[in-house]
Amino acid sequence: MTAAILAAGGTSTHEATVFWLLAPIAVVCALGMVLVRSAVHSAVLLAVVMLSLAAFYTAQAAPFLAVVQVVVYTGAVLMLFLFVLMLIGVDTTDSLVETLRGQRVAAIVVGLGFAALLVLALAGTLGSFHPKGLNAAVADKGNVVAIAELLFSRYVFAFEATSALLITAGLGAMVLAHRERVTPRRTQLERMRERVATGGAAMAPLPGPGVYADHDAIDTPALLPDGSVATTSVPEYLEISGARPRTDDTERELEAPR
Amino acid sequence: MSPDYYLYLSAILFTIGATGVLVRRNAIVVFMCVELMLNAVNLTLVTFARVNGNLDGQIIAFFVMVVAAAEVVVGLAIIMSIFRSRRSASVDDANLLKY
Repeated sequence: MTAAILAAGGTSTHEATVFWLLAPIAVVCALGMVLVRSAVHSAVLLAVVMLSLAAFYTAQAAPFLAVVQVVVYTGAVLMLFLFVLMLIGVDTTDSLVETLRGQRVAAIVVGLGFAALLVLALAGTLGSFHPKGLNAAVADKGNVVAIAELLFSRYVFAFEATSALLITAGLGAMVLAHRERVTPRRTQLERMRERVATGGAAMAPLPGPGVYADHDAIDTPALLPDGSVATTSVPEYLEISGARPRTDDTERELEAPR
Repeated sequence: MSPDYYLYLSAILFTIGATGVLVRRNAIVVFMCVELMLNAVNLTLVTFARVNGNLDGQIIAFFVMVVAAAEVVVGLAIIMSIFRSRRSASVDDANLLKY
C-alpha cells in the first residue's frame, strides 16, 4: 500500500515524516563534518549523512541504490577513509594557520552566496511540479530487475567501460602505494652486532612488568633492587597513552609499607 | 510534501561540501567533503528520476557511485604517497610545483 503510493510519486505522510526527521540530522551532521577538528569524527559524521541519504533513496522508490549506498559508500568507501586515517596517523589535526589571508572568511561568504543562488534558482523554476512516479517505468518487474534491464541494454557500454575503470583504479592504487626497498634489509645478525658494538642498550630481554598483591596489569612497573621503578618494564606506548599510573604515585604507594 | 524539498536538501548538502573543500586543510577531510558533494548530486539524480518517471537517473547515480569508489581508491593512494615523502597530510604542504 505505502510502497504503491511511493512508487506512484505521491507524497505520503510517511515520507514527509522520514524527510523532516532525517533532513535536519543530515544537514547538522554535514556541518559538523566540516567544522569538527578530528578527521575520525568527520568520517563518523559523514557516515550518518550517507545513511540518512540511503533512507531518502528508499523513500523515493530506489531500494537498489539505497542498498548500494549502505554497502559501497558507508561500508567500503568510508572504511577505506578510516584505514588511511589510521595509516597516516589519527592525530594529524588541521593547522589553523591561514596561508592566504582572509581565505576562510571569503570561502564562507562564497559558500553562503552559492547556497542562496541554488535555493533561489530552485524556488524560481520548480514551484510546484507533479512527479510522475516510477510506476510506469518499473511496471511489475520490481526496481532491481528494471534497473538491470536498462543497465544491460542501453547502458551496457558504459557498464563495460566501468569495469576497465575499476581495474585501472586498482592497478593505479597498487602502483602509487608500492614502495621499492632502497637499502638492503638488515639481518638479525647485523642488528645484534650493532647492539653489542654500541653498548648501552640491554643485551638481555627487557624486564617484565611488576606483579604485586594488588596490581598485576601490564602497565604496572617492576621494581629494581634499590626500590626504584624500572621504566623499561612497561611498554613505551602505555606511557604515551597515559594508561599507566604515574611513576611518582607508584613510588609513594610502594614506599608506604616499607 | 513535494519532491522539491529533496532538491533543496541536496543543494544545501552540496554547498556544505563545497565550502568544506575550500576551508579545510587536511587532505582526507577535503576528500570527504568531495564525497559529500557527490552524494548530494546523487540525491538530485534520484529525485529527478522519480519526477520524470524513468529509471535513467537512478542508473546515472549508480555510475556516479562506481566512479566515486574508483576515485577514492586512487586519491587515497596519492595522499598516502604524499604523506610518505612529506610526512604531512595537509594540502598546504604539497607546494613543490608552486612558482
